[in-house]
Amino acid sequence: MLRLNVNGQERTIDGVADDTPLLWVLRDELKLVGTKFGCGVAQCGACTVHLNGSPVRSCSIPASAVAGQKITTVEGLANGAVLSALQQAWIDQDVAQCGYCQAGQLMTATALLKQHPNPTDAQIDQVMTNYCRCGTYVRIRKAIHAAAAAGKGGAA
Amino acid sequence: MNTVMNPLQGIEAFAAFERALAEQLQTAVAQPLSRRSFMKISGGVGGGLVLALAVGLPDTAEAQGAPPAVPFAPGAYVRIAPDGKITLYSKNPEIGQGIKTAFGVILAEELDAAWADVTVEQSEINAAVYGGQFAGGSLSIPMNWDGLRQAGAGARAMLVAAAAKQWGVSESECTTSDSNVIHAASARKASYGSLATAAAAMPVPADPKALKLKDRKDYKLIGKRFTGVDNLPLVTGKPLFAIDVQLPGMLYATLVKCPAVGGKAVSANLDDIKKLPGVTDAFIVEGTPKPANTMATGVLPGVAIVGKSTWAVFSARKQLKVVWDESTASKDSWTQSVAKAKELSAKAQGDKVVKTVGDIDKALAAGKPVESYYQFSFVSHAQLEPQNTVAWFKGDSIELWAPTQLPANSLPLVAGIVGLKADKVKLNQMRVGGGFGRRLLNDFVADAAYVAKQVPNTPVKLMWTREDDMQHDAYRVGGFMAYKAMLDAQGKLTAFNGHMIGFEDPTSKAATTASDYGANEFPANYVDDYRASISRLPLATPCGPWRAPGSNTMSWVQQSFFHELAVAAKRDHVEFLLEVFGRKAGAAPQAGPPGLNADRAIGVIKLAAEKAGWGKPLPKGRHLGLAFFFSHQGHIAEIAEVSVDAKKKVTVHKMTVAADIGPVINLSGAENQVEGCIVDAMSTLALEVTMEGGAIQQTNFDKYQLRRMPNSPQVNVHFVTSNYTPTGLGEPAFPPAAPAICNAIYAATGTRIRTLPITKAGFTVA
Repeated sequence: MLRLNVNGQERTIDGVADDTPLLWVLRDELKLVGTKFGCGVAQCGACTVHLNGSPVRSCSIPASAVAGQKITTVEGLANGAVLSALQQAWIDQDVAQCGYCQAGQLMTATALLKQHPNPTDAQIDQVMTNYCRCGTYVRIRKAIHAAAAAGKGGAA
Repeated sequence: MNTVMNPLQGIEAFAAFERALAEQLQTAVAQPLSRRSFMKISGGVGGGLVLALAVGLPDTAEAQGAPPAVPFAPGAYVRIAPDGKITLYSKNPEIGQGIKTAFGVILAEELDAAWADVTVEQSEINAAVYGGQFAGGSLSIPMNWDGLRQAGAGARAMLVAAAAKQWGVSESECTTSDSNVIHAASARKASYGSLATAAAAMPVPADPKALKLKDRKDYKLIGKRFTGVDNLPLVTGKPLFAIDVQLPGMLYATLVKCPAVGGKAVSANLDDIKKLPGVTDAFIVEGTPKPANTMATGVLPGVAIVGKSTWAVFSARKQLKVVWDESTASKDSWTQSVAKAKELSAKAQGDKVVKTVGDIDKALAAGKPVESYYQFSFVSHAQLEPQNTVAWFKGDSIELWAPTQLPANSLPLVAGIVGLKADKVKLNQMRVGGGFGRRLLNDFVADAAYVAKQVPNTPVKLMWTREDDMQHDAYRVGGFMAYKAMLDAQGKLTAFNGHMIGFEDPTSKAATTASDYGANEFPANYVDDYRASISRLPLATPCGPWRAPGSNTMSWVQQSFFHELAVAAKRDHVEFLLEVFGRKAGAAPQAGPPGLNADRAIGVIKLAAEKAGWGKPLPKGRHLGLAFFFSHQGHIAEIAEVSVDAKKKVTVHKMTVAADIGPVINLSGAENQVEGCIVDAMSTLALEVTMEGGAIQQTNFDKYQLRRMPNSPQVNVHFVTSNYTPTGLGEPAFPPAAPAICNAIYAATGTRIRTLPITKAGFTVA
């Protein structure tokens, strides 16, 4: 039996092979499908979640290796109906095109603002390594700056 | 700039791809919205009456003189509930082009609804109600501009009629605003919600064309900024995509295909695979016969594995051992194609002449032509949501949830595969995690239907891995272009010869998708002596539409060469291009929607030059490059401002874009599309897919590195306000970007990029 702490809740999952990546436990077992599959080789970042507050690529981490540790997914960013400043900025700046990568982008950006509450463009470039195939990078940058200006970039 | 008849609008110039698409879509597209009629659908939702209007009945019902029957249509375009909630239905797939928001804005404008009252939902897929439903060719806006406005205006007319009747006043004395009907003379006002029940009893407008549509100057919504209608569910991780669909008892499946396209699975260690944890079944897939039409698809042969989770079937693949029969598989080799094309390019005239004007051979013999030879790579779509579909075969019917750009095409495809009639196929259109043309082909839908039939009465999610996706794409076709052109003593362009080397299917000899040379490709009608011709090499590798098909590579070769000509003529590039277009300036407008229009071209070239500071001093080390291209009804000029360092690393600091696409529907969405096109073009400049022995050599993103965040350029977009019919913007801003950047690299370094990816010449994009 696998025990995970996801978005503040203790979850137990039966019958999962030890090598199952965290991504597939979240999606197939816990039905938390906001975290996306893109490449399976930790390149694109669509699967980004937080492990103890740091962004990780969940497609390449066995769930069994993070049992009991604190995992946050995009479903855990808002505080009930209250969006985080970044989520609100993503809506206001109209960032998304297809939107498939944006959960991963938001998770990476949330961690960035925890580390650098008012990041420079260079810091954004260094941390924001996720693919956006639609090319919304211009707006992702604007939204991060907007959320930083709102002064509360992290999870609500 | 190829000329193709648009079945909807008559004279039209669209890329060759649209012809193939239109053939595929014959039944859907050939039912133009012009013969629409209104119908009323009253239905109880939450007990209350609602008003709904359906527009776009099939021609057949009218042609047969049958009274329009109310089809199964829970909603057509407009639904107004007594509580004032307005639901608008977006008929076409949302693939990131922002159509769901744009369609909502168009409907709400003519309905005169307050945007805050509006919810936009994806409509059902139903050709009988909606006609053609697809996302391709940037056609959603131009094909639905009239119909959606009429649908909104028709609903508004019924609301006005209901209010006028209640008040005992003339309809002409009533106005509307913000979801209310107003009678100013008596200071009365009624909300649309309060009128919904009464409006549903009003007669439907007899002739949609007789409805008065708003003057553009009176628009309250169209042209303003709107944030995407799905932004909230997107940022909170709600299930919107097919890959997110969860059904009770659902199984998961993967289909392993031969790395060389067309190879068949002879045998596999199926008994071993079936014993693996979580695996419920494994079997050989014979596949379906290869369709003759290059745009059609089926199921490729291989081995299917079914199991209880995605990981169970993905990890089982690692143990799979397949004996492939590659006797009929692709043997394509890019290196061999490159060598053969180079040989063919020595001839000024290719195997097939598509257009000739004057005496081009005589003109070229009269002096020393400017000559150049270009080569561009195959590339992958790399849409971020890997191919997937959930399929549930129920014996006498099948239901699917799919991320397709062309849902109508999937219905007969699936029907054929599972042995049912097309009306027994129900397809749920899901938000598409990136399209770029890839999902105009429904091969992944076919895969899911095939596997689902083997696992009846159980929903199955068929998943491709990224490796499947990259090795079994319908690639942007690579190709070659040999140009020769003559300049006179004044540096004026007098003769132009293009010999394209493209590809064709080795069996059917049909041109590979987007490997075509249009008869009216610029500058066909702008020089006295002209010839366009094409030779074709055999290609088994599947290719398909890729964002601005044909145009995205034609623009690069053509607009790079035009800069070469301006340089050879020792003339300013802007001035040189303006002179060529000037030959057709002021020409009488054509009947119907226009194709390439010299005045619109001149307008955007001048605007881009002005906004980019062309001819003015630049910061040290910065250089400009210009390109113009017409595609998908968009006239767009772009100017790249770049610097290149000593290690040939190219930084694009700024892109200035001047676009004439008719009226903009949603300014935020429009700018987003342009920004995305620029980033995509920068990414694609440095990418290639290659094949040897029939197998694609790039297998995942580690070997196909898309562009990431750093050094994203500033993109300044300037829209020309013109009175033409609006066009879509998912594609036309892409083609000019790559040649503008390459022309700027030449300005910076004196090196002409004649091969893509630009890494072949040692350049990288920062």
